[in-house]
Amino acid sequence: MIEARGLARTFKTRRGAVEAVRGIDFDVEAGEIVGLLGPNGAGKTTTQRMLSTLLVPTAGTATVAGSDLLKDPVGVRRKLGYVAQGGSTNPSAKVDEELLTQAELYGIPKATAKQRASELRSVLDLADLGDRLIKSLSGGQKRRLDIALGLMHRPPLVFLDEPSTGLDPQSRANLWTHIRSLRDSQGATILLTTHYLDEADALCDRIFIIDHGKIVASGTPAELKRRISGDLVTFEVQEEDVDRAKELLAGRPEARDLTQVDKGLRVTVDHGDQQALPLMRALDGAHVRVSSLHIAHPSLDDVFLTLTGRSLRDEPQPGAAVP
Amino acid sequence: MTTGEAYFHYLRGLAPLDTPTSQRTMLHDAMTIFRYQMRLLLREPIWIIVVMIQPLLYLALFAPLLDGIAKTPGFPPGDAWQVFVPGLLIQLGIFGSMFVGFGIIADIRHGTVERMRVTPASRLGLLLGRVARDTLVLLAQAALLTLIAVAFGLRVPLAGALVTVGIVGLLGIALASLSYAAGMWLKSEDALAPLLNMLSVPVLLLSGILLPMTLAPRWLQRLAQANPFSWVVDGARAAFRGDLGNGALATGLVAAATLAIVGLAIATRTFQHESG
Repeated sequence: MIEARGLARTFKTRRGAVEAVRGIDFDVEAGEIVGLLGPNGAGKTTTQRMLSTLLVPTAGTATVAGSDLLKDPVGVRRKLGYVAQGGSTNPSAKVDEELLTQAELYGIPKATAKQRASELRSVLDLADLGDRLIKSLSGGQKRRLDIALGLMHRPPLVFLDEPSTGLDPQSRANLWTHIRSLRDSQGATILLTTHYLDEADALCDRIFIIDHGKIVASGTPAELKRRISGDLVTFEVQEEDVDRAKELLAGRPEARDLTQVDKGLRVTVDHGDQQALPLMRALDGAHVRVSSLHIAHPSLDDVFLTLTGRSLRDEPQPGAAVP
Repeated sequence: MTTGEAYFHYLRGLAPLDTPTSQRTMLHDAMTIFRYQMRLLLREPIWIIVVMIQPLLYLALFAPLLDGIAKTPGFPPGDAWQVFVPGLLIQLGIFGSMFVGFGIIADIRHGTVERMRVTPASRLGLLLGRVARDTLVLLAQAALLTLIAVAFGLRVPLAGALVTVGIVGLLGIALASLSYAAGMWLKSEDALAPLLNMLSVPVLLLSGILLPMTLAPRWLQRLAQANPFSWVVDGARAAFRGDLGNGALATGLVAAATLAIVGLAIATRTFQHESG
């Protein structure tokens, strides 16, 4: 569905050229939900804007939904639904005005457009809002309207740029359901950008981790997490037992990287689910009083940290942020 | 049934993914945008009137000064109204259109411009729909202003008035297009406002809109002759005198039409071009 080769984009600014995207290659198969994960300013949005014909790449080529990005941009636009990050509606317009105008621009006949608008409204929880001014909608309603607008022409390929930014947890969970249904029942292919690890983890079949305009890793969420070997097991123990526990854990070959943390001891093991309990029993047998046991699987944040030496939650690098 | 399930059933019941089959044309897209923009404007029609307040104030509070000046040597042929009202109409054409760029900056911020640029709609159509709305509003304002001037005491042949309103329309197309191009390019009100101020004052002063350039010293006249808007004003004055065969009218019409074409060409290029 998408085949990008050597895609690059340099912006000229007053302080010189900024390489927002530095030659990336990737493929997306039909029916996949693929995420571009990275911090702000990593080049995710720029990549999507290039692939949606909004921005001409400085280098590289791509085929999007069967059409050549550079030679046939109109062909790409026909098959693509694009939901931008910062909203896409005029506050002074009414909900149906936007939906029907959007349909008209795709050449959809009026009767069909009306029917689709009302169907999309009802499934996206906007059922009775057709005649409402957009400025009177809530943030979540506006976001769902953005998505409805991107789906009016039933595109086989949908781009979502930071779909859940600014939504409350409830709306977020609902949105994820919508996105999954879009693929599961209709076979749409979805390329989304996010800087939320939980979103990438929950939604995406595959993830491309982007940093400083380059893809630094790709794979399923599970594959990526497996790259950080092992799980973290933390035992909370009574203070007077710490030394004995340390001695015992140091003698167990499966427990690596023994560290003393806030209220206990932490070790790394290959398979936390299976190896934590035997360790726990050994501690028990040595009369170490363990008050709690905590197993942590590596998060995508850990993956990101390992790959780039920075946390995803860090502030964006100065000068790296590009529209 | 939860929302998610409803959605699932909805999507499963749909026909296979489709792409539009019906033919769209540039004109269809322009009409779509025109109707959309017109509805938005008519929701708050107060702005159509607000734009007219300035020329009406000139008509009521400035035009009376001209009665005395009209007897000065060097004042062009025609009475004070016939000289002043065409200038006022051209002023309306310029100032009523050159600020539309602020509207597109707001729309860029709302994301509607980008949303429409990802559709297969014709770029020229997206632009023309907006320009058509602006021009229609301008024509209505120009007609209304002329009628009010007649009530004040203007005498003008119908044909001359119609030709002048036509010229105003061409100016509207030119300046609205250029303003949209500047708005798309600058993307910031803070940058657009000083640019427009910087351009509008010399255009106004060197066009003979307020006072005819025939009263000006030689050097100022020469400077004004380099300003295409002064040709347009001269043409409009000839039309208001009913002197339709006058060379100045032909020059003014050609100048206005050329400005319109150049404006549209520049703006279309800006609309087609990426926006960083």
